[in-house]
Amino acid sequence: MKIGVCIKKVPDTETRIRIAPDGRQVSLEGVSFIISPYDEFAIEAALQLKEKAGQGEVVVIAVGDEDTGKVMRNALAMGADRAVLVTDPAVVEAEPYDVARILAAVARKEGVELLLFGKQGVGQDYQQVPTLTAELLGWPAAAVVVGLDVAGGELTATREIDGGEEVDRLSLPAVVSAQKGLNTPRYASLKGIMAAKKKTIETHALAALGLAPLAQRSWEVVRLEMPPARAAGRLIDGEPEAQVKQLVELLHTEAKVL
Amino acid sequence: MAQGFLVYVENRNGRIRKGSLEALATARRLADALGRTVDAVIVGDDAAAAQAARFGAHRLFRVAPADVFDARDGVVELLAGLVRQESPAWVVASATAAGKDCLPALAARFERSVIQDATEVAAEGGELLIKRPIYAGKAFEVVKPAGALAFLTLRPNVFPAAEAPAAATVVDHAAAVDPARVRTRVAEVRETAGGKVELTEAAIVVSGGRGIKAAEHYPLIEQLAAAFGGAAGASRAVVDAGWVAHHHQVGQTGKTVSPTLYVAVGISGAIQHLAGMSSSKYIVAINKDPDAPIFKVADYGIVGDLFQVVPLLIEAVRKLKA
Repeated sequence: MKIGVCIKKVPDTETRIRIAPDGRQVSLEGVSFIISPYDEFAIEAALQLKEKAGQGEVVVIAVGDEDTGKVMRNALAMGADRAVLVTDPAVVEAEPYDVARILAAVARKEGVELLLFGKQGVGQDYQQVPTLTAELLGWPAAAVVVGLDVAGGELTATREIDGGEEVDRLSLPAVVSAQKGLNTPRYASLKGIMAAKKKTIETHALAALGLAPLAQRSWEVVRLEMPPARAAGRLIDGEPEAQVKQLVELLHTEAKVL
Repeated sequence: MAQGFLVYVENRNGRIRKGSLEALATARRLADALGRTVDAVIVGDDAAAAQAARFGAHRLFRVAPADVFDARDGVVELLAGLVRQESPAWVVASATAAGKDCLPALAARFERSVIQDATEVAAEGGELLIKRPIYAGKAFEVVKPAGALAFLTLRPNVFPAAEAPAAATVVDHAAAVDPARVRTRVAEVRETAGGKVELTEAAIVVSGGRGIKAAEHYPLIEQLAAAFGGAAGASRAVVDAGWVAHHHQVGQTGKTVSPTLYVAVGISGAIQHLAGMSSSKYIVAINKDPDAPIFKVADYGIVGDLFQVVPLLIEAVRKLKA
């Protein structure tokens, strides 16, 4: 089975976020980039499915700037076979619908039977590209998945839903987005890192995929804001009994949450 | 009549999601400011429709569950038909698991992206200004929908739900859903919460961090959460150590919560954790390290041994509530 894994380059989750001087973007100066953490569960799931089948191919797919190739190299080091990067000046600010259009075009061109994603790109937190892509492809989809199995051309996915889990059955080809808990992503081995250096990252411009120009259809960013600063609170001193007594009193009379 | 709102009301086994009532009330507030109307749609019986009808819609479409084959794809088909029929300007749902999944599937059919997880919406100059967290709340972006049709989801537990002076007119609606469009089949639903409060909907959340030292101490967090009538959460360290299931994780790679009260027990306050809870109304921190960053965001802090403090707190809260 040929499996596509769509990944996104994002700032490390320990990054302190600053707003750029234009007030409409995040300043990415000096930021280190990683594969979005949820995408690592998708890569691991693809590798496990390939290993279980004893055959197949895992292709990592991304839409982004040229530097995206650097984080794609990490996916190759984990064991992915090939990488396809769609990069074009126009894609840098592409909104989710257009990213989905590009990914759907690559998935069709590659002829993948299963397209995996992380449940969201950590950063913009759009939480919709997997579902949009599935709709554009006309494939069944399961989002926020914590359990996955493929047998006899059918995929069984356990989804995390509010207050429980849902087991879905999907015919292939299909789209699945991975949630933490699906598996434990492997670390790249030294051998994997060496092998990844020899693998090529195929780079395509939009025109090569026969795609119409992108358009910002859905919204315009007016401004970015930092969260309101929280005023320094009160430290409650004393012995544990006295501390607890005072805390409960404050929660009851001042905060009125009890 | 001017184009207005279409709100999807989520009904799970006869229980209308709290977030959907918040979405209805928010749409009504905005519609009143803009001079527009609110249509809503619910899949369910008359009782569910009668309940939803009180929360702000002018007109409520009621659809029989069999019409949508009890499946997400069926709901998306239903909504797509209503968008074509009613031409709303804004389609709104609560950013629940189902809402965050349905709206993108719907928006794709209209060549749009979804403004997900809004935490503030204002009507200004005849338009909506929508604020949503990015980087899990380390920053916010304010966006203005472009074009004549926008899709947005509202974060649960952030917007007030209020009953409207008059109930909506309930209209039975036959959704002509083509069964061939229902591609994903739901084989089974397992409720794991067992009557417990869902983390993202809870008014009070108690989370445990590395300070609890071992898996066998997590029940202390659950007991405190139960005493408060809230939900139990955890830091990434606790989840990564395997002490508790990942669906309890609060933070940038877990859930973002905004309860009235957040109690952080043995949590140092790493930036990725703060991202997931710093919009809580009140924050209490219990930690033995006086220099822990969590104290910088806490309204009330106790520097002390959680193994002494928490059992006393459980007892005090129980006593107060008794």
